[in-house]
Amino acid sequence: MAYNKRLLLKGNEAAVYGALLAGCDCYFGYPITPASEIAQAAALLFPKLNRTFVQAESEIGAINMVIGCAAAGRRTMTASSGLGISLKQEGMSYLAAYEMPAVIVDVMRGGPGLGNIGPEQSDYFQVVKGGGHGSYRCLVFTPNSVQEMCDMVYEAFPMAEKYRMPAYVLTDGVIGQMMESLELPEPVKYDYDPEWKMGRRVNGEANIISSIYMEYNDLEALNHRLQDKYALIQKTEQRVEEIAVDDADLILVAYGISSRVGQGAVEILRQEGLKVGLIRPKMVFPFPQDSLKRAAEHAKGFLCLEHSAGQMIEDVRLTIECKRPVKLCNRMGGNLLTVADVCDAARNMMKEI
Amino acid sequence: MSEKVKFGRSKVFFDTFHRRPGPIKKNMHYCPGCGHGILHKLVAEVIEYHGIQENTTLIAPVGCAVFAYYYFNVGSISVPHGRAPAVGTGAGRANPESYVISYQGDGDLAAIGFNEFLQAANRGEKMTVFFVNNSNYGMTGGQMAPTTLPGQKTTTSPYGRNPETEGYPTPVCEIVNSLTAPVYIERVALTTPGRVAAAKKAVYKGIQNLKERKGFSLIEVVAPCPINLKMSADQVNEFIEKQMLNYFPLGCLRDKTAETPEGKLPPPVIRDEEAVREILFPLRNENAVAADFRNTSGIFDQELRVKIGGFGGQGVLSLGVMLANMARLRNFNVSWMPSYGPEQRGGAACCAVTVSRKAIPSPIIDRGGNLLIAMTQAAFDKYIGELREDGILIYDHTAVKLPQLPATMKTYGIDALDIAGNQLGNSKFANSVLIGALAAVLAENGMNEADQADFSNAFKEAVEEKFGKKPGAVEANINAYAAGLKAMQK
Repeated sequence: MAYNKRLLLKGNEAAVYGALLAGCDCYFGYPITPASEIAQAAALLFPKLNRTFVQAESEIGAINMVIGCAAAGRRTMTASSGLGISLKQEGMSYLAAYEMPAVIVDVMRGGPGLGNIGPEQSDYFQVVKGGGHGSYRCLVFTPNSVQEMCDMVYEAFPMAEKYRMPAYVLTDGVIGQMMESLELPEPVKYDYDPEWKMGRRVNGEANIISSIYMEYNDLEALNHRLQDKYALIQKTEQRVEEIAVDDADLILVAYGISSRVGQGAVEILRQEGLKVGLIRPKMVFPFPQDSLKRAAEHAKGFLCLEHSAGQMIEDVRLTIECKRPVKLCNRMGGNLLTVADVCDAARNMMKEI
Repeated sequence: MSEKVKFGRSKVFFDTFHRRPGPIKKNMHYCPGCGHGILHKLVAEVIEYHGIQENTTLIAPVGCAVFAYYYFNVGSISVPHGRAPAVGTGAGRANPESYVISYQGDGDLAAIGFNEFLQAANRGEKMTVFFVNNSNYGMTGGQMAPTTLPGQKTTTSPYGRNPETEGYPTPVCEIVNSLTAPVYIERVALTTPGRVAAAKKAVYKGIQNLKERKGFSLIEVVAPCPINLKMSADQVNEFIEKQMLNYFPLGCLRDKTAETPEGKLPPPVIRDEEAVREILFPLRNENAVAADFRNTSGIFDQELRVKIGGFGGQGVLSLGVMLANMARLRNFNVSWMPSYGPEQRGGAACCAVTVSRKAIPSPIIDRGGNLLIAMTQAAFDKYIGELREDGILIYDHTAVKLPQLPATMKTYGIDALDIAGNQLGNSKFANSVLIGALAAVLAENGMNEADQADFSNAFKEAVEEKFGKKPGAVEANINAYAAGLKAMQK
């Protein structure tokens, strides 16, 4: 049959296509603006493939259903935003401790508190730094287009399974709400049946899934194992897009919608003859340390574009060990940075460095 | 069916509790006189009797039974506090062949996890819940529970539970009995051999319901906790019989097992790649252009930024989606960005459409627009400043009063709502009228003849894609397009 794989979708809808084509069996979620289209598209599409959609009683219910499904050895996803992600943090800590894969989409909105439904990027700390208890990390993809909403959800499943850990797809209200043309990927050949799944019998003994380690040394050993895994990921899995970085004096650093605005600014600034480039993390854990460190060898300054009070900027400063000035260009509360805002900030910083 | 166990240990238990840390591998970790050991034994024996050990999933709570997996050789997971029924929902839905048992205490089930529990019961999850009610929080050292009796002293109710400030014991079975979905609800106790025998019958029924996939069963077990209650075995039994059972009367509150048919397994998940393609991917339109098709008019070589503003209900957003789809069908990169956040309020609607052969940087249009379609004065006033001086303005002739504009700006008024409402009989066709008008405007501004014809074809394809199953709607929209084209050509 001749299919049309080139569609016009909202970022939120694209995430659901990415999940289904990656072989996700079950979606558990609770509606919240600006992520609700994910639950809506899942409710529409999962049953068409005899797959499971459950509208959970809460974000807490949803993440725990994800835990049950992942333990049963099936691919599963949930999605939410800001305050809903706050509620899921208990379950995230458990997923990390169980070493179980799952995909969680966070379409960020304005905070703190109830905030509003406008776009922000202020979940960075709670998502990237491990918002629940314990020393853990999650894989964090940061799509900046509808195409990447689909592709990164699609990619998040195998990476989460490879490393046996939860993976976030962290985006914002703009990317979730806007429509773009995209090319759908092919459905995967399904062969997921993890060795460790709950109830599988090994030498007559049923597998269990637990996060309790009563012996201190046992829990310390788990923590060491997790940290070794995170170190390996940090070393080997960095994902980044670099635009006009090689000769740049000023590097913009931005992910999600901020990086699209930044890209527009780079085009204009380069036309003015200013040597400005953009480093766009496609994942923020692992953080693109290699790219930033390389850039810090020639660039004279860094300008972080964020829709928050400045959260990712801390990782930029840490990465380059504060060897270059790092400034923030930001908006909050649902307001968006414009290309003009970024151009102004970049021109000003160019004068200083 | 396997043989009934009369003596010795059920095969569902491990012979040696090797998962238990420390030197003691033969005994359970429960305190002397605790009810968990008795209930564990009943559950294990009945699982064995029904022959479902291989596919049983035991959800272990937070509380004294957190280590249930030391003893049961079944698939098991130790879950966050109170979340067992949610985890059980996920496990059961993911693997419908499994038999999910949620084993919970009174803090776990009736306090921190009461919502997850009630919601699973209300959904009628195919799950059996064993609820151990011992009137206090055992594991953490005898604090007040939702089931603590009025006046009962615990470590967090040292003066006795005061109903005026702490309420009354939570009647879990009675609350669940107000729901429609559950099939079986019974409360039992473990104080005498007779009570234990009755409890075993209830456990038997609960697990049979599981095996036959009949739905949600709840067995509340009023159980002794002599250590935390600081009582002897006799005293705790007397406390249960004379005090607890006044608040928690024993008996079967509901038994719909006989009239509930055996549950069927859901149809298998569709994973075959071709089947997935067939269900998820739309069929290619037979008139679709090839992937390397490119419109030849020079106006399409630049990034085109279109802003559409008006009133909610005027179809502003869907007009933008239609234009975006037309561009997608002609292999352009396209982004459509709705008004979002605070802008949305007050009935105003707006969207931005960017069309480009290259990757589109910011999808937000705040300046440098090529085309503005303004359906209201408010939208005109708000967005005219974003339009380039050589941009194109299409505006509602009736609604918008034009001020003095730069001479290089090209302005086109049209009464799209009037044409749609009065000539075509339905204002919902205004969008198609506007796209027809746009075709005429683009023709006047450099779109060549080949692309003029192609624009109409792209519109037709987009409409067919949207209304494919309603031929009448396709035709009506094409007529509206023609009316808009004609009106603007005048």
